[in-house]
Amino acid sequence: MRLFPIRGGIHPDYRKELASEQAIVVLPMPTELFIPLQQHIGAPAETLVAAGDLVKKGQMIARSQGAVSAPQHAPTSGRISAVTNAPAPHPSGLAQLTIILEADGRDEWAELPEPIADPFAATPQAIKDRVAASGIVGMGGAAFPSAVKLNLGIQLKLEILLINGAECEPYLTCDDRVMREHADEVVDGARIMAHALGAPKVVVAIEDNKPQALAAMARAASAYGNVEVIGVPVQYPMGSERHLTQAITGRETPAKKLTADLGVVVHNVATARAVRDAVRLGRPLLSRVLTVSGGAVREPKNIEVPIGTRVSELIAFCGGFNSEPSRLVNGGPMMGQPLPSLEVPVVKGTSGILALTPEEVNDAAPGPCIRCGTCVTICPCGLSPLEMAAFIRNDKLDAAARLGVQDCVSCGSCSWICPSHIPLVHYFNYAKGMLMEQNREERKIERTKTLAEEHATRIERAAAAKQAAMAAKLAAGKEKGGAAAEEKASA
Amino acid sequence: MTTAIQTRSGPFTHTANTVQKTMTAVLWALVPATLCDLYLFGWPAILLFAVTVGACCFAEALCVMAAGRPAASTLSDGSAVLTGWLLAMSLPPWAPWWIGVIGAVFAIPLAKHAYGGLGQNVFNPAMVARVAVLVSFPVVMTAWVNPHPLFSAGAPGLADAINITFGGKQPDTMSAASALGYIKTELSRGIPVSASMQHVPDMMDMAFGFRAGSLGETSALLILAGGLFLMVRRVISWHIPLTVIGSLFIMGTLFHAVNPERFTSGLFHVFSGATFLGAFFIATDYVTSPVSKLGQLWFGIGVGVLTWIIRNFAGYPEGMAFAVLLMNALAPIIDQYTRPRGFGRTRRGEPLPLNDKVGQK
Repeated sequence: MRLFPIRGGIHPDYRKELASEQAIVVLPMPTELFIPLQQHIGAPAETLVAAGDLVKKGQMIARSQGAVSAPQHAPTSGRISAVTNAPAPHPSGLAQLTIILEADGRDEWAELPEPIADPFAATPQAIKDRVAASGIVGMGGAAFPSAVKLNLGIQLKLEILLINGAECEPYLTCDDRVMREHADEVVDGARIMAHALGAPKVVVAIEDNKPQALAAMARAASAYGNVEVIGVPVQYPMGSERHLTQAITGRETPAKKLTADLGVVVHNVATARAVRDAVRLGRPLLSRVLTVSGGAVREPKNIEVPIGTRVSELIAFCGGFNSEPSRLVNGGPMMGQPLPSLEVPVVKGTSGILALTPEEVNDAAPGPCIRCGTCVTICPCGLSPLEMAAFIRNDKLDAAARLGVQDCVSCGSCSWICPSHIPLVHYFNYAKGMLMEQNREERKIERTKTLAEEHATRIERAAAAKQAAMAAKLAAGKEKGGAAAEEKASA
Repeated sequence: MTTAIQTRSGPFTHTANTVQKTMTAVLWALVPATLCDLYLFGWPAILLFAVTVGACCFAEALCVMAAGRPAASTLSDGSAVLTGWLLAMSLPPWAPWWIGVIGAVFAIPLAKHAYGGLGQNVFNPAMVARVAVLVSFPVVMTAWVNPHPLFSAGAPGLADAINITFGGKQPDTMSAASALGYIKTELSRGIPVSASMQHVPDMMDMAFGFRAGSLGETSALLILAGGLFLMVRRVISWHIPLTVIGSLFIMGTLFHAVNPERFTSGLFHVFSGATFLGAFFIATDYVTSPVSKLGQLWFGIGVGVLTWIIRNFAGYPEGMAFAVLLMNALAPIIDQYTRPRGFGRTRRGEPLPLNDKVGQK
């Protein structure tokens, strides 16, 4: 298959060798699990349990509410000790409503939904319902409810289900290991998703720095004519949905549109595997594979971790720190978020936990911009980071918006390459947040104005109607009076 | 600021490249040509070079301290050394010390810190200084000498050199004209280019530096080597140097073909004057050139064409410094019109149309 170039990008120090040869190990079940009700984009789940309830493994403990949401399931059997606010894996470090589950050590399964023996004979709706009920969200990190994304086939004619195995973030090797060790399951899951979407073709895209994963996936896909496995160049951010779509199809997703508008839906490899487990085995999403790595971790590993496990237990499982980490990261070093503490739990979108040494972070105080223009050259979105940052620093958010700051995907390439260590992405995230808030505020004002106007016209109309009624009544009364007088006169 | 750094967005890893490393690479690229030229022009050139670089660093330290910032960290970024170095390379090698000092005053406090320091200046500081001293002291600034290699017969010793640089003892018998200046003078006397070209050094001598001129105007080949080194190290890209040299060559060749009596050849333009220094080291200055590659192409073409125009039609024989400054003034507007096309958008910023039927049901 012919590949197409993507613009810009960088070649950071990948350091995948720290964990890439570590086979996936299963974490022994922790004694306590912390399951936040919001682990996905959309509305938080609504709890179905209360303190003291006994639950079985795989039992739904919180149901989805709203169109974009996902349920949560108990990763093991045990007793609910509390439903309370607990630290969440969010950079703010704020607490979030969390179900705390004390494991009983028996790991007893609840009654699971029937496996769908032949998914390709099932209706797409049945597959989507199963995916939705299994609490599956995008496991590449975005955590968008997968069932909602499988609905795209309803309005749009899709051509390709693109399985994203690029794993372009440095350090992370969990997708690599899943593809190497569970290639058949990933391919099976991908085919099931393609069936649900109505997409005739599956393309699995893997960066060329994962030759074993490429080989394993190619072997697993060889039995199916409509599944193609492609090596894509090692170029960060190749794993960005829009850029991967461009690399595979040569088509550029228009601004404010989805890749699905071009007939391409992108799902992560781990999501495909989770879909397969949900459909073939009836198992909801209870655990995920993630990478614990970084120079400050004694034994980097790829671990299959129950959702809700605290990060501190993972670090202990990896032999602890060998030096004081300079930075703890939730996700990859490019687009991950700072981890507020070790006491937060692993959620469905956690692809990695990194403990980085000062040398790896290589942080420095920002210096003046020397206009070297490298950020412009490497921006994969065709933006001018230095100009936007200058506007934002002077609070000219509208000017930054005109330069396209809202098109920024926060890939971090510009911040990474800036010789003056200017935190460009930080500026852009700030601006995007402020602009979104402004927009919301404007819409609110607009809505209030419309409501007030509607109210005024309603009052006016009512007053007019009342007046008309009065006039009519008066006229009627007069007529009546007139008639009575006439009657009198004639009498 | 510390809390902002603590909780800021990713990435949490960073390239090893720094401003300091970039500046150091540029300085290293200048070393071979500089050493060769200092050898060719001897002790007076060495003294002037030291005075100019020293004055620029001193001025930088004063400006930074006046702004209430520590001088050491700013000086260590190497930008003041580079400015002084480039300025020294654009002066007549036997010019008196005060030319270097006045140049430093124009370059650092006026052309750089008055705008806000590193990264904020519109014009290349070294070129502002060169042009300011050139128009202020035209006689001193056009007193070129032929090379007097160190320790050769007739070359001034250290004591003579101190007299030349600090004592104002300019040996007027030794003055010579640069090739560009000579041709210009001869043209003004009505002598055609074809005749005056007989008397300029041949192309190989010009390329290796055995000719009169400023440090940076001679030894074109070593400057070229330094420029190529910067390209290999990816400190600069080909866009500006190639378009500067290319447009100068094309203009020269075209007009030479039309009227060889009036215009010198394209190759002569490329190898004479400060073409290579300007194309590789001056016009490529990050701060004062456009940031996008497309903008850099336009900028380079502008510098090349303006240099050719100034060399042929203006009062000065060499036009590189003026051309760079003129294009510096245009860099912000070039930036505005040459922004890259946004992903998924047209050049005008509208979302790309979904023109094909793909995806629609």
